[in-house]
Amino acid sequence: MSASETSETPGAGTLSDNARVDLEAEFQESRIQEVLDQLDRELVGLVPVKTRIREIAALLLVDRLRKQFALTSETPTLHMSFTGNPGTGKTTVALRMAEILHRLGYVREGHLVAVTRDDLVGQYIGHTAPKTKEVIKKAMGGVLFIDEAYYLYKPENERDYGQESIEILLQIMENNRDDLVVILAGYKDKMDRFFASNPGMRSRIAHHVDFPDYTPEELMAIAKLMLAEQNYRFSPDGERAFAEYIPLRMKLGHFANARSIRNALDRARLRQANRLFAVRKKQLSKVDLMTLEAEDIVVSRVFQDEAGPAGN
Amino acid sequence: MMTNPGNRLTQGQFSFLPDLTDQQITSQIKYALNNNWAIGVEYTDDPHPRNTYWEMFGMPMFDLKDPAGILMEINNCRKTFPNHYIRVTAFDSSRGWETPRMSFIVNRPKKEPGFGLVRQEVDGRRIHYTIHSYATDKPETERY
Repeated sequence: MSASETSETPGAGTLSDNARVDLEAEFQESRIQEVLDQLDRELVGLVPVKTRIREIAALLLVDRLRKQFALTSETPTLHMSFTGNPGTGKTTVALRMAEILHRLGYVREGHLVAVTRDDLVGQYIGHTAPKTKEVIKKAMGGVLFIDEAYYLYKPENERDYGQESIEILLQIMENNRDDLVVILAGYKDKMDRFFASNPGMRSRIAHHVDFPDYTPEELMAIAKLMLAEQNYRFSPDGERAFAEYIPLRMKLGHFANARSIRNALDRARLRQANRLFAVRKKQLSKVDLMTLEAEDIVVSRVFQDEAGPAGN
Repeated sequence: MMTNPGNRLTQGQFSFLPDLTDQQITSQIKYALNNNWAIGVEYTDDPHPRNTYWEMFGMPMFDLKDPAGILMEINNCRKTFPNHYIRVTAFDSSRGWETPRMSFIVNRPKKEPGFGLVRQEVDGRRIHYTIHSYATDKPETERY
């Protein structure tokens, strides 16, 4: 521990009132900076989210020091809700959050169990409780990530088993705070409605984090990052074409931020492969195999009919 | 001659030791989980050593990372069957083993009457010996 050499009261493990603790050393020791850096590297934009995560990490670190002076005794409530549109990085941030909590010693294992309604709610009476408990047991010592959590509560069907699952979750969230952290995720408006009808859930969640949509520039940066990971790149023309593509795609329905970009790139890779295949006689260089040209992108249906249904 | 005062059942690991605390149980389970063994909670009120197959309390638990969930099940089982024997088994599914690698008792009845020696005369003067649990004289659910 980083506590200074001043006397530690024997047995109790708490520090005396005039002892000194070193926040910097504690911070270094916990190695959260690595995770925060990784978050910065992996995720483009999302400044408000990163700030919140940093704030939460700081709070937990200070809490840990306070514990050494016996100023706090109980585990703080760590359950969170991540709201935002699809493809804004909620799962990735949850994964990093699990790691931060693990490094700070708030969860023992630091693994992430991602589930949806199907994994928690059963098909018939008496099926839900064991199913929910099974998932909870798997998540113990780590983080339980419930995607699209609002589907758990279906007010239009009063016999829906989702309510039972919510009750078990509430009980576990209260009684086993040392054992697991629950993160609920979903669209902002639907989550707000979910919390409004489940006030018990709302009061047990300490941190509400809102994920903003990406701007076109951020999406471009994400696209380049994704391509670099797979050893592809845009030609200058290709990059211009893709920069035109993004705002057009954003206007269409079912736009899922980074996920739509990923799909668009997958299709561009497909077209590139087809283009190369069409001129089989030509010898190909490494650069040819790596480069996405403008023609791989402009054939997308987004350019052809802007008013058309959600598609390519 | 009394070789086992208190008639404590000695089956599986640690059974000659005083009862394990929850913390000790947790560390044993952690060891099993680190080895990727599937853990089951079982109970019985028939402690005969040849009674190998105890009733399972719920499903065996796969893919767990942390002992807290298993301890929760153990405590549920203790609440349901406070006066039964309860044991935890860890099953190794890897090829070549395919067998329980750990098994230890985590709950016992308050009073354990123990076993009696039964002699059976057969074929003239030959004697067959076996043991018999005093508790099983009573019907199931009334034994302890």
